[in-house]
Amino acid sequence: MSASGSTASGSGPSPAPGSGSPGRGGPGIDRGAVLLVTLGVGLALLASRWLMAQVPRWLPPQASTAAPLVDDLFALEVGIGCFLLLGCTAVIAWTLLFDRADKYDRDDGEPIEGNLKLEITWTVIPLVVVLLIAAQAIRVNGQLASLGGKVRVAGAAEALRLVGVAGLAVSGGAPDAQADVGRAPVVAPSTLMPGQGASGEAISRSSNRRASTTTTITSTNPVVTDRAAELGPVVVIARQWSWEFVYPDGVRSAELHLPVNRPVRFRLVSLDVLHAMSIPAFRLRQDVVPGSVIDYRLTPSREGRYRLRDSLFSGAYFASNQTDVVVESAEAFERWLQAARRSPLAPSPNAAADLWSQRQERGNRGWATVPPAPPPLVNVPLDPNAAHEG
Amino acid sequence: MTTTPITFDPRALRAPHPVPGAPDNWRRFFTFNTDAKVIGIQYIALSLLFLLVGGLLAMIMRGELITPPADLVDPSVYNGLYTMHGTVMLFLFLFPILNGFNNLLIPPMIGAPDMAFPRLNALAFWMFPVFGVVLMASFLVPGGPASSGWWAYPPLSTQNPLGLLINGQFLWILAVAISGVSSILGAVNFCTTIIRMRAPGMGWFRMPIFCWTALAAQTIQLAGLPVLTAGAVMLLFDLSFGTSFFQPEGGGDPMLYQHFFWFYSHPAVYVMVLPVFGFFSEIFPVYSRKPLFGYHVVAIASFGIVFLSLIVWVHHMFTSGTPQWMRHVFMVTTMLIAVPTGIKVFAWLATLWRGKLWLTTAMLFAMGGVFNFIFAGITGIMLATVPVDVHVGNTYFVVGHFHTVIFSTITFGVYAAIYHWFAKFTGRMLYEGLGKVHFVLTFVGAQLNFLPMHWAGLMGMPRRVASYDPEFALANVLASLGAFLLGVAMIPFLLNLVSSWVRGARAPANPWQAIGLEWLLPSPPPAENFEHDVPTVISGPYGYGLGHPLVADQERYEARLKEG
Repeated sequence: MSASGSTASGSGPSPAPGSGSPGRGGPGIDRGAVLLVTLGVGLALLASRWLMAQVPRWLPPQASTAAPLVDDLFALEVGIGCFLLLGCTAVIAWTLLFDRADKYDRDDGEPIEGNLKLEITWTVIPLVVVLLIAAQAIRVNGQLASLGGKVRVAGAAEALRLVGVAGLAVSGGAPDAQADVGRAPVVAPSTLMPGQGASGEAISRSSNRRASTTTTITSTNPVVTDRAAELGPVVVIARQWSWEFVYPDGVRSAELHLPVNRPVRFRLVSLDVLHAMSIPAFRLRQDVVPGSVIDYRLTPSREGRYRLRDSLFSGAYFASNQTDVVVESAEAFERWLQAARRSPLAPSPNAAADLWSQRQERGNRGWATVPPAPPPLVNVPLDPNAAHEG
Repeated sequence: MTTTPITFDPRALRAPHPVPGAPDNWRRFFTFNTDAKVIGIQYIALSLLFLLVGGLLAMIMRGELITPPADLVDPSVYNGLYTMHGTVMLFLFLFPILNGFNNLLIPPMIGAPDMAFPRLNALAFWMFPVFGVVLMASFLVPGGPASSGWWAYPPLSTQNPLGLLINGQFLWILAVAISGVSSILGAVNFCTTIIRMRAPGMGWFRMPIFCWTALAAQTIQLAGLPVLTAGAVMLLFDLSFGTSFFQPEGGGDPMLYQHFFWFYSHPAVYVMVLPVFGFFSEIFPVYSRKPLFGYHVVAIASFGIVFLSLIVWVHHMFTSGTPQWMRHVFMVTTMLIAVPTGIKVFAWLATLWRGKLWLTTAMLFAMGGVFNFIFAGITGIMLATVPVDVHVGNTYFVVGHFHTVIFSTITFGVYAAIYHWFAKFTGRMLYEGLGKVHFVLTFVGAQLNFLPMHWAGLMGMPRRVASYDPEFALANVLASLGAFLLGVAMIPFLLNLVSSWVRGARAPANPWQAIGLEWLLPSPPPAENFEHDVPTVISGPYGYGLGHPLVADQERYEARLKEG
C-alpha cells in the first residue's frame, strides 16, 4: 500500500520511483515523480489483474458450490497481495539500483527520522484492507454454511450408536467400548428421512434392531425420493487407515458417490485418532474428531471423480489414506445405489493393509506403529486404479 | 595468522570468553561459565550443530519426496524424520540460537556488565545440551523417535504401539518440557536485565529496537510457556500413566490439548520472529547510513504484536469443529497482526529510502529476509481467511508459508546477525566473498524449495505425507532440488565461520561505523563490558547523519578503543 501513500509526499530533487517515497515533503510536487508513481501504480494494477486471472490454473476443478466462492475470495487476496508485493519490491529494487553508496563513500544518508502522516497512512491502509477482507470472508462463510453442529460422545462405540451404524469393530478404544461392538443398534431405514436424524440420541433410542457384520441391506424402497431434498446423513467413518461411507439406507461404500447439484449432509466419526476429510475439488475440509460427531454440509456441482484425502496426520500410513469422490447425475447415482444394495459386503482394497503386509514380509522393519485396522467390509469397494481429476 | 605478538586490550585478556591467540580459548566453553558472552557463544555454536542435524533430516525427507511413492524410507521412518526435523529446528536450533543472541547483545547494548542472574543463565544454558541429548537419544530407543508430528496431537501421540514406558514419544515430551523450563528461566533473566540494568540516561525510548523486541518476545515466553508445559505434562501422564485428560473414552477431549498447544505455539513464532525484527531494525540503519524511520512506532509495534499474538491461536483450529462465531473472531484478530508488522516493514523500507546502502552480506541477508517476509505475510493473510484456510490448511501451502517465515525470514535474519556481530564477539572478520556466495545460494535455494510448495498445496497435496499422487511430482522435484541447494549453501557458511575464527583478519572495535553502545567496546568486549565506567546515554539510537554523540564523553570512549 506504500505505493498509493507516496503520491503526496513523493517529491524532491530526484524523480520518485513507482512507490512509497518517505522523503522530505517539499512545498511543490515534482511532476516527474507524480508521473512515475502513476505509471508504477498502473503497471502494478495491470500485473495484479493478470495474476488474478491465473488463479484457476493453480487450483483443482471447481466441483462444489463452495468452490467458486472460495476461489473468488482467494483471487481477491492474490490481487491485493500482488499489488502490495510489487509496491514493496519496487522500493527495494529502487534503493538497490539508485541508493547504493560508492565504493569509498562512507558518508551518511539523509537523516530522515520519520514522517507522522506517512506512518498514519501505512497504519490505516492495512487496517482497512484486512478488515474489508475479513468482512468479505465472513460473508462467504455465511454463504458456505458447511459446518453443522457437534455432539460430544465418550468414545467410538458411542459415536457409532449415535449415528446409527452397527457392526463395526472399534479398535484402540476403551475396553468397554470394545464390549459394545455387536450390540450397537442399527438404524431402521425409515427413521432416517431427510430433516430427521439431527438428534442422534433420538435415533438410537427409536431403533431397536440388532445387526451383525454379515447384515445385507434389506430395504428395497429408496429412502429419499425427492431429488432436490438434502441427501443424508451420510456417515463418514475414518480409521487408521481407511474411509467408509454409510448411506441412509445402510449401503456401505469405500468410495463416496454423490448426486450432482443436490445438497448432502455428512456425520463425521473417527474410530481411533484425529483425521480430516479433505476434498480439494470441493475446497472443503473438516477434521474428524474422536469424541465428537460433527455435522457437515456441501453441494457437489460438477460430475467427475475427485480425490478425498486424509489431511490431518493420523500415523504411519497417513499418506495412503485416500479414496475417491464420484459425483454423478441423479439417475446414475440411483442406479449405483440400487446396484450397491444388491452387492454383498466384502473387504475393500486397502493401501495401508497392503503396505503393512509388505512390511511384515520384510521382517517388520521400520519404526513403531499400530497395525492398520482391517479393511472395511463394504458393498462397494474402492477402485484403486481409477483416474481422478483433482 | 600473524607471527608477531598480538597486543590485546588488557581488559580483553582477562575475559573468560575467547580472545584470539589467548591461551585456553576452548576450555571455557565446556564449563559452567556464568559470563553471558561465553553462554551466548555456547548457545550459538551448539544450535548451529543442531541446524546441521535438522538440515540432514530435511534432506533425507526431500530425498524421499523427490518421487511420488514412499521408496527411500518406510513411511513410519519418514514420519519420525519429519517429526524430529520440526522439533530439532524449533527447539534445538532457533530458540537456542536466539537466546544466544540475547546473551551476546542485551548486556553490551544496554551497557550492563552481565545478565541479572548469571548463574540462572548458565543453568538455563546447560539444560539445552540435556534436552538435546534426550531428544537425540530417542533415535536409539526401541520403536524409534516420536512420530506424531511436532504438534503431538493426542490420541495419536498417546497410542504407544510397543507399550514400553520409555519410548520415543515419552522422551520427546520430556525434552519439550525441559526446553520449556529452560526458556522460562531465560525469559526471567532477559526481562529483568532489560528492565533493571540499562545504562544511565537510557530511557525506554533510547533503547535499541533489538532490546525492545527481545523484551517483547520474552514477555510472550513468560505468558505462554507455562500453558504449553502444563499441556506437555498432561500429555505425558496420558501417555505413560493412564490418565485421560485428552482421551474421550475417559471423559477427556483431544481439542483441549490443541488449545494448550496453540495458545503457546502460535505466539512461539513471534518469540522467534520478534528478535529477528530487532536484527533488521539494527542492521538497516547501519548499512543505509540513516536513522531508523519512525523509531517510536516501531518500538511500540513490538508490544502490539505481543498483545495480538496471545489472542490468535484458534486460527490453527478453524476446521477442528470450531463454531462459526469463534472462527470469525480469531480470523479478525489474526488479520490485525498485519497492522503492527506492516508498520515495521514499511519503516524498514523507508529506512532504506535515499540511504547510502552498503551491500554487505549482513545487509543482503536482511533485505532478502524482509522481501521473503512480505511474501509470507501475504500468504499469512490468505491462511487467516477462514474459507481459504478450509481449502489450503494442512496442505503444502502451509508448509510453504511457514518455511518462508521460519527459514526465509527468521533464519535469514539470524544469518544477517551472525555476519553483522561475528566480528564484535570473536574479534575476527568474516570473509565477505564467502558470505556473498552463501547468500546467493541460500536465497536461490530458499525460493526453489518453498515457492513450489505453495502450488502443490493449492492443488491439494496434504502436508506430512510420505507418498503422494503423481500430479504433485513437478512441484516436489523442484522443492527437493532447492533443499539440496540449501544443503550446499551450508558449505561456504561453515568454511567461513571456522576459517575466520581461526585465521580471519583482526576485527577493529567498530568495523561498520555503527552507532550503539556495543560498538564503543573493544572486539571482543572485556568480561564485564564497561565495568565501572558505564557511559551515560544522551541521545536515542541510530543517530546516523544527525551529528550528535550517543553518550557523554564519546571522544574518550572512542580514543580508548584506539589505544587498545
